[in-house]
Amino acid sequence: MGGATLLKETGPREVFCGLTSIVWLHRRMPDAFFLVVGSRTCAHLLQSAAGVMIFAEPRFGTAILEERDLAGLADAHEEVKRVVHDLLKRRPEIRTLFLVGSCPSEVIKIDLARVAEHLNQELKDHVRVLNYSGSGIETTFTQGEDGALKALAPLMPESEIDQLLLVGTLSNSVEDRLVSLFNRLGIKNVASFPPRQSEDLPSIGTGTRVLLTQPYLTETARVLKDRGAHILKAPFPMGVEGSELWMKAAAQSFNIPPSLFESVLNPLISRSKKALEKYKEKLGGKKLFLLPESQLEIPLARFLHRECGMEIIEVGTPYLNREMMQPELDLLPDKTLVMEGQHVEKQLDRVRDKKPDLVVCGMGLANPLEAEGISTKWSIELVFSPIHGIDQAADLAELFSRPLHRHNLLNQKLLTHA
Amino acid sequence: MELTLWTYEGPPHIGAMRIASSMKEVHYVLHAPQGDTYADLLFTMIERRGKRPPVTYTTFQARDLGGDTAELVKGHIKEAVERFQPTALLVGESCTAELIQDQPGSLAEGMGLGIPVVSLELPAYSKKENWGASETFYQLIRGLLKNQTPENIQKDPEDWKHQKRRPRVNLLGPSLLGFRCRDDVLEVQKLLTEQGIDINAVAPLEASPADLMRLPKADANICLYPEVAESTCLWLERNFGMPFTRNVPIGIGATHDFLSEIHEILGMPTYNPKDERNKSRLNWYSQSVDSNYLTDKRVFIFGDGTHALSAARIAKEELGFEVVGLGTYSREMARQVRGMAKELGLEALITNNYLEVEEAIEATAPELVLGTQMERHSAKRLGIPCAVISTPMHVQDVPARYSPQMGWEGANVIFDSWVHPLMMGLEEHLIGMFRHDFEFVDGHQSHLGHLGGVQSENETSQKQRAINCTQDTSSEEVPIWTAEGEAELSKIPFFVRGKVRIKTEKYARQAGCRKIDSETLYDAKAHFNS
Ligand code: SF4
Repeated sequence: MGGATLLKETGPREVFCGLTSIVWLHRRMPDAFFLVVGSRTCAHLLQSAAGVMIFAEPRFGTAILEERDLAGLADAHEEVKRVVHDLLKRRPEIRTLFLVGSCPSEVIKIDLARVAEHLNQELKDHVRVLNYSGSGIETTFTQGEDGALKALAPLMPESEIDQLLLVGTLSNSVEDRLVSLFNRLGIKNVASFPPRQSEDLPSIGTGTRVLLTQPYLTETARVLKDRGAHILKAPFPMGVEGSELWMKAAAQSFNIPPSLFESVLNPLISRSKKALEKYKEKLGGKKLFLLPESQLEIPLARFLHRECGMEIIEVGTPYLNREMMQPELDLLPDKTLVMEGQHVEKQLDRVRDKKPDLVVCGMGLANPLEAEGISTKWSIELVFSPIHGIDQAADLAELFSRPLHRHNLLNQKLLTHA
Repeated sequence: MELTLWTYEGPPHIGAMRIASSMKEVHYVLHAPQGDTYADLLFTMIERRGKRPPVTYTTFQARDLGGDTAELVKGHIKEAVERFQPTALLVGESCTAELIQDQPGSLAEGMGLGIPVVSLELPAYSKKENWGASETFYQLIRGLLKNQTPENIQKDPEDWKHQKRRPRVNLLGPSLLGFRCRDDVLEVQKLLTEQGIDINAVAPLEASPADLMRLPKADANICLYPEVAESTCLWLERNFGMPFTRNVPIGIGATHDFLSEIHEILGMPTYNPKDERNKSRLNWYSQSVDSNYLTDKRVFIFGDGTHALSAARIAKEELGFEVVGLGTYSREMARQVRGMAKELGLEALITNNYLEVEEAIEATAPELVLGTQMERHSAKRLGIPCAVISTPMHVQDVPARYSPQMGWEGANVIFDSWVHPLMMGLEEHLIGMFRHDFEFVDGHQSHLGHLGGVQSENETSQKQRAINCTQDTSSEEVPIWTAEGEAELSKIPFFVRGKVRIKTEKYARQAGCRKIDSETLYDAKAHFNS
């Protein structure tokens, strides 16, 4: 039994808030719109995190609170409704509207659940209005997706059918690949949540076995469990090992004969292991420090250590759900330092002290660390990239070896002369 | 409540961060939730800084709200001061903390930190980024200098004469995340040094609190970016008697006016623009025959106040464009922009809503858009060339090369970057002629080159329109060319033949003739020439 050393730290944090999840959620469900009820800061965050690249008419926006909204509460509720009606007039293609709470809307206690209820009555069946909070006082980064899915889950129709439900946003290509692999194993009913169209919701019931594709869906898992689904316990599908164990959990639950499981997966496994060799050479023995942000830190540390031979200095995580992470923690080497919470200054002191070869961190910290000669990998890229499954293991390793490779290419030759 | 999809300006505390991050030895404690730390990436990613902004976020959480958030704030302030040892401290709050009213500023003032503490009150629900930058700069300078204000504020800007030294000025306003500030400072320094004027201090960019303390040693202030520095300049004028410049040296005319103004303020010998005539290439490039094609190009201008105003003047007076739209998102400068628009016979567009700007662009159908990154996207969608003249900043607006907007070199940069999205005169002429030849229709590009990026999109969309046009007309009756008409047409040089054919057909339809002979051709020519 692996014995990670679990520590906690508090202090100034450097992480995104849950609103940031909108940046990938809106791409997954193009018929949904995410309306943040918040401040200019919230709007600016979304714009800065999304970059101006995905311009067009974005499928998210902010109803910015103004002085007069702060004055009287009844007003604020009416104002949200007015903004929604204006928006829907302009964008009739919207099928599902998420009202997303923010720090200011939470602090002044705008009751978005009530607004959503009123709107649902007014709009009848044209548009479904849901609500959740992505506020920074309650959520970090990927937790926003948890909130959105939790809000969507009650709309899933009830059914008893035997099915495998993959929960968490995946890129379409990875989703197709995983579904086809499960089909080959003989699991015919495989559905995904969130779906590609917000109205094509999968069903849920006692016949549903859930595999979480992402490690940050605690609340969603709880709601699905309450609706009768069985949540399979497994490490997360990053790397060959994690993906295999993850698929195995489903295979066992569906009583798939081990011989079939092996005959389908073994060729994939040996192919991917071979592809990983190259990266093992580059990453092996290199020191890794992960700053907290996406919740992917623990599964990634597990993969980079066990399959790529990296030495783990510290694994930061914004919060730790012991139950959900246990299968992952079990696979970490003895005494791996897992730090829950953050004191960003002290953590950076440790980074400088330990001189890691690679730091996984947020965008705000990457260039300052690079300027100190430390290679970095942005964690936000990991939530955008197709990294799940056995076939993606080498691509995942490549994401981490690229900065090291680049560092070798450039730094000695150029920067030392600067 | 205002629905916002994309914004031109961040909240006011971002403006405060711009001031703090521009400076040395200043630290900013910001009472804010964790998500607000995204702001660091504006500096480290967009501006590509290798340093973290000097900001400590208190990152309070919901569970802290029941307890003593004031203690939490004090803890962060103490730690930040110990760790970063600033010589001046800014303390403020973002939108959420404003609602809980912990008043971190007064908390800090009561802590006996032994350094100047400036408490910032930046109303997040009514003000925006540039206002926040301006207010922070002003509060910081006022905080540092208020005990030094002289009894007798009769300052003589000609002191330099009595003291037998060169005159000296402060450059106020350049900051991080300001449009091309880094290079403008160098250019204006050069400009002034050539006139025998020294720089006493530049602020906030790269200034320390000690530099701010010696601002009054200058004879006058240069207000480089009114959005950020005007309120400070006014305060320094009132309290220290320091005059300041109103002209922003962007463009040839404005640079001359700026130099005249500073000569006059400092009591220097009258400035003669003739001495500076050939400092910039913009004049000659604009006069050169190739630039004939720039004549009366219809431009639409939108940006912050300073850059929109400058652009309008350059467009009209220095490039011979016709300004067909002018607007700004800087409400603080709405009055001036309205004034300038009126002079141009236009009504100014003052708005924060990029969709309104897009509609206005579409309605005026300009040939060139001078705007922000938002307008660049809108223009792209509409198939119109665009050059970016103003914030909000994008990583592309922080080029590696030297590219100021101000002074003589700034005028060169502006000429290139505005004219580049358009086609070269000769090139446009040829493309116009060949447009209907098969090579073009088949998607071949001119060997005359650089039709990359925006231009090629523009070209495609023009093609698109040409095609639409043929489709439209096909529904109407197409006039028939007589053999004689065809013969006459074949005498016309091949490179204009297509154009003539289309124009003649158009004329024929308008005139209601079913057959085109040589006479129709000449009628058409006369019709379109008149
Ligand atoms: S932390 Fe709160 S106030 Fe800041 S952007 Fe996130 S939700 Fe908005």
